[in-house]
Amino acid sequence: MKLHEFQAKRIFAKYGVPIPEGDVASTPEEARAIAERIGGPVVVKAQVLVGGRGKAGGVKLAKTPAEAEEKAREILGMDIKGLTVKKVLIDPAADIQDEIYLGMILDRARQRVVMMASSEGGMDIEEVAATKPEAIKKVFIDPFLGMRTYQAIEIASGIGLEKSQFRPFTKIATGLYQAFMASDAELAEINPLVVQGDGSLLAVDGKMVLDDNGLFRHPDLAAMRDLDEEDPAETKAREAGLSYIKLDGEIGCMVNGAGLAMATMDIVKHYGGEPANFLDIGGGANAAKVAAALEIILSDPHVKAVLVNIFGGITRCDEVARGLLQAIEQVQPNIPFVIRLVGTNEEEGRALLAEANFPTARTLAEAAQMAVAAARGELQ
Amino acid sequence: MSILVNNDTRLIVQGITGREGRFHAEQMLAYGTNIVAGVTPGKGGQEVLGVPVFDTVKEAKEATQANASIIYVPARFAGDAILEATAAGLDLVVCITEGIPVLDMVTVKAFVDQHPTRLIGPNCPGLISPGQAKVGIMPGNIHIPGPVGVVSRSGTLTYEAVFALTHRGIGQSTVVGIGGDPIIGTKFIDVLKLFQDDPNTEAIVMIGEIGGNDEEMAAAFIKEYVTKPVVGFIAGRTAPPGKRMGHAGAIISGGKGTAAEKIKALEAAGVPVASHPEEIAELIAQRLS
Repeated sequence: MKLHEFQAKRIFAKYGVPIPEGDVASTPEEARAIAERIGGPVVVKAQVLVGGRGKAGGVKLAKTPAEAEEKAREILGMDIKGLTVKKVLIDPAADIQDEIYLGMILDRARQRVVMMASSEGGMDIEEVAATKPEAIKKVFIDPFLGMRTYQAIEIASGIGLEKSQFRPFTKIATGLYQAFMASDAELAEINPLVVQGDGSLLAVDGKMVLDDNGLFRHPDLAAMRDLDEEDPAETKAREAGLSYIKLDGEIGCMVNGAGLAMATMDIVKHYGGEPANFLDIGGGANAAKVAAALEIILSDPHVKAVLVNIFGGITRCDEVARGLLQAIEQVQPNIPFVIRLVGTNEEEGRALLAEANFPTARTLAEAAQMAVAAARGELQ
Repeated sequence: MSILVNNDTRLIVQGITGREGRFHAEQMLAYGTNIVAGVTPGKGGQEVLGVPVFDTVKEAKEATQANASIIYVPARFAGDAILEATAAGLDLVVCITEGIPVLDMVTVKAFVDQHPTRLIGPNCPGLISPGQAKVGIMPGNIHIPGPVGVVSRSGTLTYEAVFALTHRGIGQSTVVGIGGDPIIGTKFIDVLKLFQDDPNTEAIVMIGEIGGNDEEMAAAFIKEYVTKPVVGFIAGRTAPPGKRMGHAGAIISGGKGTAAEKIKALEAAGVPVASHPEEIAELIAQRLS
C-alpha cells in the first residue's frame, strides 16, 4: 500500500526526521490560510500516488499566500497520470544548497534490508544506479543487530557529507530505519534530503510503500489507505479476497493461482489478444467467489469475452463446473465465455458445461485462441 | 529416486487441528505420507485422524523421531512456527502459509540459515516425490513416478506442467514448489543442485515468474554446474510494471525482474524456454527421447 508524501513525512517525523512544517489543503482557501501561517515563500505540491508530479506540473513555488491560493487552484483537480489531485501539501520553501537521496528497501538477493544513499538527490535511484552506480553507498542491516551508528557514518562519509553533519545525518538515518521497521514498510525514501544554506538537513520529500501482509498489526496505517487513488474494481476485489489488476485489453481472465493467471494472460497475448485483467480467484472455486470475480471482470466495459482457466486439483472439475454455472446463472453475463477446466474429473466437468451450451476447451492454447476469436465476434 | 522427501520422511503437521491443517493431513495420509504427529499449542494429548497431537514441536519430535514438518498455521503465527521447528532440529520444514509479513521472514530466514534445517516456502504448495511421500497441498493423483525433477515458484501452474508430463507418460522424481514470496527458504539454485546430484533425475523443469533475480542466478548456475537437460518457463510476459501479480514476490520494480530479462538469461545458458505451459512437456519429451 502506497502512502502519500505528507503521510510518509509525518511518520518519518515521529521518528526524529526533520521535515518542513507544512500542512495539507483540499481547497485553495485552505492553502492560502496555511501559507499565511507559514509566512514567506511556500511550495504547493500535488498529493497523488504516482511519481513524476513535478514534470506533470503538480509542484509549484508560491511567493505569497495569494499566489499559494492561485497555484493550489491550478493543481487541485489536475489529472496526473490518470489520477485526480484532491489534496495539496503546502510546505515552506527550503533553502536548497545540495540534495541527497536516502532510502531503505528489501534487497531480495541478499535477503536483508538495505539502506542506500547517493549525493545525486532529486534523481530516481534507478537512474543513478544505471548511469552512476559508484555514487550509491549501501549498508545491509543485520536483522538481529538492527542498524548501527557506524553504518550511518559509513554512508555519511561515503556520500561526502561534512564531518559536522555526521551526527544529524545519523539521527535521520536511524529515524528512517525505525520508521521502516515499525511500519512494516517495503520502501521508505527521502528524496531529496536537502542540505540547507546553514548546513542543516531537511527531508523535503518522502515516499513510503507498506507491506500489505503487515497491515494487520497496524490498523492506524491501514486506515490511511486513500480509496480515491485506487481503481474501484481493485478495491472491490481486495474486499472480496481476490487478487485483481486491471489492464487495457479486451479479454477478461479468471484463473485459479497467480502463476497460472499470469501464464493465461501471456498466452492470450501470444495468440494475438490483449488481456483485460489479472485475476486470481485462489484455491477451490466456490460459486460465491466466482460470482464476485465475474462481476468485477464485467464491470470493465472494454471486456468483450471472458476466458476462464481453472486447474481442478483437490477441488474436482465437476464441482468447479457446478460452481461456475451457478455463478454465471446468478450474474447473467451477455458476452461470450470460453471455459477450460483441467485436472481431476475434467471430462465430467466439461460435460456439465457442454450441456449448458458453454464452449469448452481442452488445452490452454485452444482456449486462448477461442477467446481471442470470441472477442472479435468470430467464435462459431 | 527423489530429493528431500521419500519413504523415510516422518512428518509433523503444525496446525493439524485447524481446518486447512486437518483437511490436508487427511489428503497426505491418503497418499501414504507417514504423518507421525501433529502440533497445536494447547491441544496436546488429543488425537486427530489417528495422529497424536503435541503442544510443541520439540515434544513431538522426541516422542516420534520426526524429521520433517509442514506448517498450516495462520500468517501471524507462521513465522514463529518456522522458528520452533528449526530450533527443534528438524531436517526439513515446509511452510504453506501465505501472507507472512516480509520483515518477519527476513529475521526468520537469518535464523534458519544458522541451523542445518532446510526451509521450503513460505507461500508454496509444498513438495511431492510421487509414489513415496506428499508433503504439501498439491493433488497427488496427477503425479506419477519418473525421471523429471520440477522446481517452481508457482502452485497451479506447476500442477498444469505436471499434468501435461503425466499425460505423456513422463513421470516425476520430485516436484518442489519453492514459493512466491520475496524471501524464501530454498531457491532455484538449491533445488537445481539437488536434482543434478540425484542419480534418478534425468531432466529438470524450472518454472519462474517476474520479480527478483533468482531466475538469472539460476541461469548462471545451470551454465556452470548442471549437465542434465533443463527446460524453462517464465510467467508474466504481459505483467505491467509496479503491480504485484498475486504473489508477494511477483512484481517488476524499478524496471527490474521482467520476464524478458529472465528468458534472455535462461536462453543464454542454453535453457529452452517454453512459450506456454503445455509446451513444457513437449520440450521435455524431445530431450528425454
